[in-house]
Amino acid sequence: MLKFLLSRLLTFVPTFIGVTLISFAFIRVLPGDPIIVMAGERGMTDERYAELTAQYGFDKPMTVQFWDYLTGVLQGDLGQSFVTKRPVWDEFFSLFPATLELSVCAMIFAVGLGLPAGVIAAVNRGKLFDRTLMSAALVGYSMPIFWWALLLIIVFSGQLQWTPVSGRIDLIYYFSDATGFMLIDSIRSGQDGALWSAIRHLILPTIVLGTIPLAVIARQTRSAMLEVLGEDYIRTARAKGLSPLRINSVHALRNALIPVVTVIGLSVGTLLAGAILTETIFSWPGIGKWMVDSIFRRDYPVVQGGLLLIAVMVMIVNLTVDVLYGIINPKIRKR
Amino acid sequence: MSLKMKFLGLTAAIALTAGSASAQALVYCSEGSPEGFDPALYTSGTTFDASSHPIYNRLVEFKVGTTEVIPGLAESWSVSEDGMTLTFNLRRGVQFHSNDMFTPTRDFNADDVIFSFDRQGNAENPYNSVSGGTWEYFGGMDMGSLIESIEKVDDYTVTFHLTRPEAPIVANMAMDFASIVSKEYADAMMAAGTPEMLNQAPIGTGPFQFQAYQKDAVIRYLRNDNYWGDPARVESLIFAITPDASVRYQKIQAGECHVMAYPNPADISAMQEDAGTVVMEQEGLNVGYLAYNTTQAPFDNANVRRALNMAIDKQAIIDVVFQGSGQIAKNPIPPTMWSYNDAIVDDPYDPAAARAMLEAEGVTDLSMKIWAMPVQRPYNPNARRMAELMQADFAEVGVDVEIVSYEWGEYLSRSRELNRDGAVLLGWTGDNGDPDNFLAVLLGCEGVEASNRAQWCHQPFEDLIQAAKVSNDPAERTRLYEEAQVVFKEQAPWATIAHSVVYMVMRPEVDGYVVHPLGGHIFNQVGLN
Repeated sequence: MLKFLLSRLLTFVPTFIGVTLISFAFIRVLPGDPIIVMAGERGMTDERYAELTAQYGFDKPMTVQFWDYLTGVLQGDLGQSFVTKRPVWDEFFSLFPATLELSVCAMIFAVGLGLPAGVIAAVNRGKLFDRTLMSAALVGYSMPIFWWALLLIIVFSGQLQWTPVSGRIDLIYYFSDATGFMLIDSIRSGQDGALWSAIRHLILPTIVLGTIPLAVIARQTRSAMLEVLGEDYIRTARAKGLSPLRINSVHALRNALIPVVTVIGLSVGTLLAGAILTETIFSWPGIGKWMVDSIFRRDYPVVQGGLLLIAVMVMIVNLTVDVLYGIINPKIRKR
Repeated sequence: MSLKMKFLGLTAAIALTAGSASAQALVYCSEGSPEGFDPALYTSGTTFDASSHPIYNRLVEFKVGTTEVIPGLAESWSVSEDGMTLTFNLRRGVQFHSNDMFTPTRDFNADDVIFSFDRQGNAENPYNSVSGGTWEYFGGMDMGSLIESIEKVDDYTVTFHLTRPEAPIVANMAMDFASIVSKEYADAMMAAGTPEMLNQAPIGTGPFQFQAYQKDAVIRYLRNDNYWGDPARVESLIFAITPDASVRYQKIQAGECHVMAYPNPADISAMQEDAGTVVMEQEGLNVGYLAYNTTQAPFDNANVRRALNMAIDKQAIIDVVFQGSGQIAKNPIPPTMWSYNDAIVDDPYDPAAARAMLEAEGVTDLSMKIWAMPVQRPYNPNARRMAELMQADFAEVGVDVEIVSYEWGEYLSRSRELNRDGAVLLGWTGDNGDPDNFLAVLLGCEGVEASNRAQWCHQPFEDLIQAAKVSNDPAERTRLYEEAQVVFKEQAPWATIAHSVVYMVMRPEVDGYVVHPLGGHIFNQVGLN
């Protein structure tokens, strides 16, 4: 297992360098000079422009700028936001827990519902449940996030007033965000009702963000299960008189999980993309909105640092998925 | 100024529901996060709303709801006869806020004033480079070259020695970048090795004291009970950061916010009919325009420019582009600004006369470009659509228009070029309520190849605005600016299009809110019934 982990970790190095280069190049390829954008309609004198260009190091050759950036990254310095003048690292870690909390909840929602739904649909292939579920999954997958979120807000927050409109917790609760995870911080605060408030605020964003992964996981589970249920060893198990529950949940599901886990791993990328819209609509203070704002403002350090950190997160998730493969199917570990 | 308050019915005036905030907390659904809390470092209105208005004061202030300059931390001020010195007499007994890291040992005095400006203009000041300071407004308002030195006459008297007489400097002192910070706090933070706290944990003299900020989520303030002026009416002020306009409206309806800014234009009529909301409106301190390149034929001919102006159906633009939330602009300054010349008659919309004028000037088969901005701005919510309407209008008079656009940074940069091809859609939002901030910045000779997109340097106009700039007599300045607007209209370097209307939406229980023409959202005197 250790050898397997090490070999996977080694692939990190070229990927990391590639991502550093791409994140550096990406924002510079976009047209638009950050200094001109900063000055707006007012504009600035040529002297002032030259002064700021030098201050930000844009007068240096691109290779030197990249080298400065790379050496900074290796020393843990991602630079300072042009806009807020705060270190990128600080900004990222003050916002990332919110995104992570929402993403984890969305994933639990998607897996928790998608996996059993897919299994039940496969077992009941062609029946009403299967057809209803697959139609619903198609609708869920095609749903524009923005529209879906506003619809839920209007119905559940506006009309029924079951859930709050947006934010992470009611404004009457005020405590330090020690961990940045509202569920944990609200418990730590010891304030009555804080945890319930945090949970209520999580419901709609979780549903919105989890809808697409839910649809994908349900469909993938169903098709993987169908494939496995047709295998000889399932027939053997049936012939041995094992209960259908045992056959489906132990024999079939375990083997059907490999493609499902792959899809779950890939969904992390989708979640981050979805988080941009979900966070904007629900005023959720996460990294999605932060990145988009930074691209519009040509805030180079934030865009390149943020992209790099997100890429590293995705790489870690992929590594975890690889490890999970090994646990689910030991044959993969030995290859 | 036309301040119109529409109040359509009062239903159950619900105090904020449990799960929102206590009755003494005013909740403002703001549109975004501030960049920081030191107003001198930044330029956006969102940042000023969260920093300079609640937390700080300036030597002089704009009277809320007007562009009139009134005493602030300075009880009075005087300008020398030659206009070269400006002396402020400071208010006594003004206390700075305190926080976990700092408790002031003295009241506000001249040292704080000198520090607040020196850090922006003096590269030797240890705070000059803190937080990557670029001091955009200090530079943009040309304060560096205008202020020769600042003298502490005594603890409560400060004199600014200027390099040239310039009347608008008093209004500049009321701008956000001129907010007064505590030198004692700055020194303490520098000694503690955390100078960035000046920006992140602000200490000011304002009506509210900063309590906490969570990026993209919430900002909390507490009332400053030691405030030197009229104390705030609510115990606490909360900014619930809500970037999406539709969601802000939902939050107002659900009672999660009391006040919101920047509604979707499409929602305004529904809000006006909603008994649970009050909609206030006022013309913004801005102008959207089409700037011809007056250095290039045939746009170097004022008659051609006027003819084209007559071909534009501005009312259609107001209806389609602004969806009614705009007002036709006839002058380069907005009607909320002093010295606005209301006697001027706008060019009529008359395509037939425009065509005849163009033919009389020998202009036939003209092809031109109209530049459309790629971004939404307060003075122009949809430049592409506006350009398309103009394209159709100009086609009526035989002028063929090609619409071009560039990425915003490129657009700003290329539109400055002297040999730029075509007429540019752009606009301006005022900084300090002084006409000089529009007329000199946008139309003065110094602005050519910079903020003067028409590249227009017309000596009779220039003489008027320069004379107004150095005069300290308000009546004389008004007369000169009024005359300058007449010259502008005759010469028509721009087609003035529109002033947008600013809307504020609030719950019925909100009392005392005044729409500020300079665009800021100020809650000092807002209460809850």
